[in-house]
Amino acid sequence: MASSSERSPPPFPDTEDQDVLDSEEVGGRDSDEDDGEELFMSASNTPLTKQDTPTSPDSQASDLMEDLSVGPPSSQTEKSAASSSPEEFVDLTNNLDAESRVAAEISSPEPSDEFFDILGSETQKVEVEASVKADSGEASSGGPDLPGEKTGSSSAALIINLDNDVQPPRVGERVIDPLAQILGDTPAADPTKPSSAVVDLFEDDGSDIFTGAPQSKASSRPEKGLFGEPDEDLFGEPLGAMSKKTTENEGKSSTAKAAGPTFSKPTEPADIFTEEAATTVPRTSNTVNSKANGVHSEEDLFTEATVELSLDSPRSSRKNEETSKPSASSSSSSLSAPARQAKLPPAALEELEDEEEAELEDKFDVLVSVKDPEKVGDGMNAYMAYKVSTETTLPMFRNKLFTVRRRFSDFLGLYEKLSEKHGPNGLIVPPPPEKSILGMTKVKVGKEDSSSADFLERRRGALERYLQRVVNHPLLLQDPDVREFLEKDELPRAVSTQTLSGAGFLKMINKATDAVSKMTIKMNESDAWFEEKLQEVESADQHFRKLHALVESLVVHRKELSLNTANFAKSAAMLGSAEDNTALSRALSQLAEVEDKIEQLHQDQAAYDTFSFAELIADYIRLLGAVRGSFDHRIKAWQRWQDAQAMLQKKRETEAKLLWANKPDKLQQAKDEIVEWEARVTQFERDFERVSATVRKEVLRFEKQRTKNFKRQITKYLELLLQSQQQLIKYWEAFLPEAKAIA
Amino acid sequence: DIPDALCERDKVKFTVHTKTTLSSFQKPDFSVPRQHEDFIWLHDTLVETEDYAGLIIPPAPPKPDFESPREKMHKLGEGEATMTKEEYTKMKQELEAEYLAVFKKTVQVHEVFLQRLSSHPVLSKDRNFQIFLEYDQDLSVRRKNAKEMFGGFFKNMVKSADEVLIAGVKEVDDFFEQEKTFLLDYFSKIKEATAKAEKMTRSHKNIADDYIRLSATLNSLSAEESTNYYFIKFCLKLFQNFLCVCLKKVEGRVASDEELKLTELLRYYMRDIQAAKDLLYRRARALADYENSNKALDKARLKGKDVSQAEEHQKRCLQKFDTLSESGKKELTNFKARRVVAFRKNLVEMAELEVKHAKNNMTLLQGCIELLSGN
Repeated sequence: MASSSERSPPPFPDTEDQDVLDSEEVGGRDSDEDDGEELFMSASNTPLTKQDTPTSPDSQASDLMEDLSVGPPSSQTEKSAASSSPEEFVDLTNNLDAESRVAAEISSPEPSDEFFDILGSETQKVEVEASVKADSGEASSGGPDLPGEKTGSSSAALIINLDNDVQPPRVGERVIDPLAQILGDTPAADPTKPSSAVVDLFEDDGSDIFTGAPQSKASSRPEKGLFGEPDEDLFGEPLGAMSKKTTENEGKSSTAKAAGPTFSKPTEPADIFTEEAATTVPRTSNTVNSKANGVHSEEDLFTEATVELSLDSPRSSRKNEETSKPSASSSSSSLSAPARQAKLPPAALEELEDEEEAELEDKFDVLVSVKDPEKVGDGMNAYMAYKVSTETTLPMFRNKLFTVRRRFSDFLGLYEKLSEKHGPNGLIVPPPPEKSILGMTKVKVGKEDSSSADFLERRRGALERYLQRVVNHPLLLQDPDVREFLEKDELPRAVSTQTLSGAGFLKMINKATDAVSKMTIKMNESDAWFEEKLQEVESADQHFRKLHALVESLVVHRKELSLNTANFAKSAAMLGSAEDNTALSRALSQLAEVEDKIEQLHQDQAAYDTFSFAELIADYIRLLGAVRGSFDHRIKAWQRWQDAQAMLQKKRETEAKLLWANKPDKLQQAKDEIVEWEARVTQFERDFERVSATVRKEVLRFEKQRTKNFKRQITKYLELLLQSQQQLIKYWEAFLPEAKAIA
Repeated sequence: DIPDALCERDKVKFTVHTKTTLSSFQKPDFSVPRQHEDFIWLHDTLVETEDYAGLIIPPAPPKPDFESPREKMHKLGEGEATMTKEEYTKMKQELEAEYLAVFKKTVQVHEVFLQRLSSHPVLSKDRNFQIFLEYDQDLSVRRKNAKEMFGGFFKNMVKSADEVLIAGVKEVDDFFEQEKTFLLDYFSKIKEATAKAEKMTRSHKNIADDYIRLSATLNSLSAEESTNYYFIKFCLKLFQNFLCVCLKKVEGRVASDEELKLTELLRYYMRDIQAAKDLLYRRARALADYENSNKALDKARLKGKDVSQAEEHQKRCLQKFDTLSESGKKELTNFKARRVVAFRKNLVEMAELEVKHAKNNMTLLQGCIELLSGN
């Protein structure tokens, strides 16, 4: 139910926090406040995992085991803290045993150990928090009243609350895993970063929601109740979900009023956060999470839980959402309001995202380079193999530096896989360079002329940029295929990429049908944003195409110029040799030399034009195609939704008919179908919404990156131009005295 | 004397302004309107004057060619619908600039022609030249009619055939022999170089054109860019401005300067060498005449009749040949010195201009990069 779902965010942060805390305590106490805030969260989260145990004991247990196995070694530093609080924990468990059923959940030894860890860390942190944040309502209300019992009781209260929750259990596991991974994989990875991100989130979200919406207050109540009046919740609460909720709210409201706004602030964001995570919680496998690397999961958790999940198991997440929704709404209105809220403020989310992305940018330490094109084989079966070396500091890779050989079709194969998997979800999958039969045939035939070298270099650069784009994408980096591509020595040959194969033919047909359906489907755009963006993309595409043609012609002319300059240099040299005045003759041959150098300069400039300017634009033309593709996917999702709605309508009609005809046996069937289709409609609707959100996010991301990329490339281009101008000055200045020397 | 020229209207009328201290002119300061055809007439009369056979007659200025920019302008007008407004205005400006450059160039070559005539010790005293400068009514030169054109063409044919014939005549003077081979060689080389230089400047101009179009496209792109992305808009705008201001203008100027300094220089000397070659031809012709007259004299002596007439003829031929040789020698040496000086001047100027443009470019680029990285 409501309260539980609100409380579902990462349970494990405490261990991590503790790391942070420890390190920070060593370094300086500047960020204690943050930790304190996180603490609340973690406090609220941990119990949830416990609470899961009844509903799905085995998985839960195993999860916990996992957590434990990862947790303890990684959090060596915590040990002291942990060991300091065993008594407390014992007290707590006793209490729990006596007063509530919570104990049953913690019955297995491992969980309890783990719990104990958490509690230990929590107590410590809460203390810290109290000292630093004197004004926080929690510290003031809870601390003074029950100094000894406070921490323990608060967590216990949480547990109880969670106990009541029926629905969102998986959040716990889900969250745990990534976090555990963080701990396990990157003990050294600066723990401050995630925590700061978390803080950001809290502050933004919290303030936004709090100031903006009255409902948010309601949603914050349970949380406040937890912290502010632990005893009451803990002991006084019955376990019945509904009743408990309400009482909790009541209790909370009183405390909240007492505590004042300052108090509600820290808890409030946590609430929302949990809310969001909860709604999106999948009933899914842990594999999802295991794939996520630390940094990512962190981000995903906060901002795009939906998206992340949908990647690997869109279906399950959707189902989950469905189930969670009704239950939430039924349990209490106060819950559904916040649930909506968590979804509603996209602006806030976007902002958040931006911030986080800016932060995360530094962390994407994956550098991919494609080098050494090498011809393998002979004749028409020859192909070019490229060396793909990856340099990374991300823990998800086994090595820091590794190199594999890939051929061009492997790159295409990767793209196929990625676009198949992620395209329908609205992700913008960076496209690889096109196949070029002509260029490749030239290379195959083995003509060692400049055009084939040029071709290879262009392609190499394009492949490199393509891979770099893929790994720069936070979600695509998670994909196992990407990792396999970068790491695995041998890759199964990509078959379907051949232009003339059967698969290629099928693809062509698919494309054709897509194009037709695109023309036929008229979507009445509900979202002006998308409409605007689509138009923007179209016009940008047009302009880029034009620009590209112009740059190409510039390159051609530049090459012409260089050729002509070379010719002129030759004639000047001849003229110099024919000249009978020695000084003039020398000057002329100097001029020839200068022109020769300038020719080289022009040639280089043409290469710059091609590689840093024309290719950049070509890339963007491809990317814009991908962007449009994601728009198309969105429309397709919309179409599915509409179809499903129409279908539902039809089923309803048949039901009505059957009712009229009084056929009870078929009526039941029809009703089942209606239910089924209703589910499907909601599912598709959700699907559509999700895709829309993803597309929107991706487009924003794309635009940001494009801006950055453009700036960089233009600056680079200008610098190259500057260099060549400097060279030019040097040449001519060297020539000047020579010309003056003519007597 | 400093002739100064201006132009008006379609027919390209040059206003030739003369300042002189020579007593042969009535006034020290006067100006007359002249057309291109008048210049050609002047040149032709000079060439046809026997007395000047031993001189290098300055090459006549080429016919002004405003066709290409005009044609382009026309094309532009036709393609106006397909272009954006900015693009159109930019192209138009560019064409106007090109037109102006061509015009300036034309005026300059005419001016150079007159200046060379006036600076020449013999030619400046030519009656026709003085009339050309002084007569303030329209010269109303009779245009060459078709027959004359044909005659000219025929004359050229004869001349080239003659040239081949005379080539067999043994040269008596080493200096002229050398000069001849040198000039022939030099002429072919310089012709080639001119063609190449022309090509080079043309591709330079093409690049400048590309830049214009690029900047126009970038402009429209930045206009389209969503307003949310002020930054990229700014970037693009900047880039476009940079392209427009710096590359187009500077590159265009580089091209036109290069053309003015290098190609024109080469072209001018190509014509000049042609004139020198003509001189050599005339001299060789005289030589051949002399030898023929020698032969005739011998024959006459042998036959014993008309000896005095033949002798006189032979003497005249010899005299003519001698004067021709002498003045030709002087002219050629002058020509060489002049050529060297002109080459020096132009090369220095070109190098300086190149440096100047490159520096301009550089400062612009630097400013651009700073702006970019500053934001």
